[in-house]
Amino acid sequence: MKFGIVTFPGSNGDYDAYRGVIEALGEQAVYLWHKDHDLQSVDVVILPGGFSYGDYLRAGAIARFSPIMTEVRAHAERGAPVLAICNGFQVACEAGLLPGALLRNNSLKFVCAPVSLRVENSATMFTSGYDAKEIVTLPIAHGDGRYSADEDTLHRLEKEGQVVFRYAPDSLQAQEAYNPNGSMHDIAGIVSARGNVLGMMPHPERAVDPLLGPADGLPLFESILHRVAA
Amino acid sequence: MIRYRVAVHVVPRRGLLDPQGKAVADALHTLGFGGVAAVHVGRHLVLEIDSADEAGARELTTRMCEKLLANPVTEDFEIASVSRV
Repeated sequence: MKFGIVTFPGSNGDYDAYRGVIEALGEQAVYLWHKDHDLQSVDVVILPGGFSYGDYLRAGAIARFSPIMTEVRAHAERGAPVLAICNGFQVACEAGLLPGALLRNNSLKFVCAPVSLRVENSATMFTSGYDAKEIVTLPIAHGDGRYSADEDTLHRLEKEGQVVFRYAPDSLQAQEAYNPNGSMHDIAGIVSARGNVLGMMPHPERAVDPLLGPADGLPLFESILHRVAA
Repeated sequence: MIRYRVAVHVVPRRGLLDPQGKAVADALHTLGFGGVAAVHVGRHLVLEIDSADEAGARELTTRMCEKLLANPVTEDFEIASVSRV
């Protein structure tokens, strides 16, 4: 299977995604330059983390007009998988691939830490490798991660099972604050109505090697592999 | 064509949590400005636009705000002023 990782000016999670796909998953990966119009026949597109175009105006606001985004949108409209991580999630929201927006963390601080998440929907093409309601640990690294949407959108996301990952207490810290950015409904990741675009603030591609901590991101990539190969 | 200078205010939508505004309000209270009920922090953009008339410049600015300069999900915008350069 071939993964295509879009590199915007300022992306810094692209190599992590590339390495995750090649080394941890053992599949093919190519970089897709933001100015190109060719997806190189990839099966899966990854919009990686970082700071596209300096995040001027708003995070993701300018990246959404990159030439490659025309092809990424067509890829998503065909029902093919798009994994949008961190800045990629911000780009996907700005591009209208996902509803809502990501605003400044309520602490006003950049937060770089492992967080615990509950897998709210383990029936998506991205999460079939997890148990229902499983608690996993993934790293976050962002300053603008506060998911916001209007009430109707939140209601629809909840009702249709589109909330995939939610910040949640692990078993030990139940009384402590666990929402790192003030996201509405503790939302950490959502899928599109069709289920083929996943946007998430945590970094699964930085959690694929047990040598570097929990490898709880690997099942996400394996889930995509099983679904697309099937 | 006439060149117009158009000033635009983009502010967080009312009712949405605005931590930046709150931090500034807290700082003002600390400095003794107790009369400050709320602060909202947004962006001020100044555009220079060539247009046949002022209505055209306003219309163009509105379209640019809807497409790029403001996020329709979380922000409101208003044209603060239009003047000839």
